[in-house]
Amino acid sequence: MTIDEIKNVVLEIIQDIDDEADLENLNSGEALRDQLDLDSMDFLDIVMELRKRYQIQIPEADYPQLATLDSCVNYLTPRLKAA
Amino acid sequence: MPQLSEDQRIVITGVGLASPNADNLQDYRSNLLAGQSGISEMELRYIGKVPAGLCTFPETKYRKKKENKRGTRAGCLGVYVANEAMQDAGLDGFSQYAQNRTGVYIGLTEHGTVETENEIYNLSQFEYNTDFWSHHHNPRTVLNNPAGEITMNLGISGPHYSIGGACAAGNAAVIQGAQMLKLGEVDMALAGGISESTGSFGIFASFKAEGALGVHQDPTKACRPFDTGRNGIVVSEGACVFVMERLDKALARNCRIYGELVGYAMNSDARDFVLPYGPRQAECMQLALDRAGLKPEDIDIINTHATGTKQGDIEECNAIRSLFKNCPHTYVNNTKSIIGHAMGAAGVLELAGNLPAFADNQVHPTINVDTLDPECALPNLVTNEPRQLETVKTILNNSFGMVGINSVVIVKKMTST
Repeated sequence: MTIDEIKNVVLEIIQDIDDEADLENLNSGEALRDQLDLDSMDFLDIVMELRKRYQIQIPEADYPQLATLDSCVNYLTPRLKAA
Repeated sequence: MPQLSEDQRIVITGVGLASPNADNLQDYRSNLLAGQSGISEMELRYIGKVPAGLCTFPETKYRKKKENKRGTRAGCLGVYVANEAMQDAGLDGFSQYAQNRTGVYIGLTEHGTVETENEIYNLSQFEYNTDFWSHHHNPRTVLNNPAGEITMNLGISGPHYSIGGACAAGNAAVIQGAQMLKLGEVDMALAGGISESTGSFGIFASFKAEGALGVHQDPTKACRPFDTGRNGIVVSEGACVFVMERLDKALARNCRIYGELVGYAMNSDARDFVLPYGPRQAECMQLALDRAGLKPEDIDIINTHATGTKQGDIEECNAIRSLFKNCPHTYVNNTKSIIGHAMGAAGVLELAGNLPAFADNQVHPTINVDTLDPECALPNLVTNEPRQLETVKTILNNSFGMVGINSVVIVKKMTST
């Protein structure tokens, strides 16, 4: 998957969690939680959805790497290269 | 009624509801008087098409779609009816009672069944690998879930919990709310019942296995208590919450009072897992009458529990006959024939549907009684058309459940204090 495709997957998952989320004005370098109505359970939703779609296991120790959209993409790029 | 001080007298001052045929009390009452069934047909996983009562209401009126997805159907129903009840009572915004002095008591027949079935179905899509089991399972299935979702939505920091009482649970929650008010534990109680049971194939399948699932070519005719053609229960979702408060406070704020909870009782059959037992139901009604200081002939309307099963309906009719045999002015009706069996919400939804009788003096009909079972032929059974009475001052509401649990509440019209 390309970087843009991965970015779109993450945004699509967030949209599915909260269809009122303002993704248009999202700053990709800032923490998602500071900009969107997301809590820890929502992040677990993101992790679960990635697991369901791409069979990737994200260990709890790596959760901080999902803090921003950019860090999500950086973290997922090598893991979804073949997807 | 035994003389009680006003701070020991409990009144209902708000009603919020979601029924298969309405999402507010006014429409609900109109549809009950018109005998407008709320039963339709639904397609359910594994079991196929079944008659059921499904609710239509503005689900995002009081919380976001995101929160509805996070929570349970029971929570979604609960948040709607609790907010509606508060508004109906003129208490939205907690202007009169503090959030930490408000209690939420919700009757449930079961909870967690729907969520567990959904999770197992989800797991089956992933070869039963438990890595795919949802982190939402625990908060969705804890038994306080629906009551807790209400407190989160309304910022209520007083006590909340569920009352597990099978199909007697709604009335049981009202009783719990009244007791907490009398004890001074809370100043306002949001008490009622919720059912999300239509989401569970297992509930339908189990009733079917017991030979107790109501079916009919026309789903609106599937629920037919007291009729010779009855063949079982029609499962419905639904919810109803009452605002309950002490009479002195209600009078002080000069609010509308739907009625006073003058009598209530609960007891146990102590006999059988599923079969009801009329003699104990009669004892429960008598206990409620005693608490209210009323005689059987003082009751204007008996709203029956009858679900449309062969034995259950007869047991209740026998119980009513034994107590009300000399009561020519006591009328009997049944709400389930119109809305199905809303399980944990049944008692309160059915009571709510009859409370407006204090204003319009009508007894809503029991529908689908084409051929009355002689064993259910109670005098003054109101069938198929509403009955206009001169006055309605007292309603006795029955609600019974599996494993032998009985609950009865008696509500009296407020005339003067």
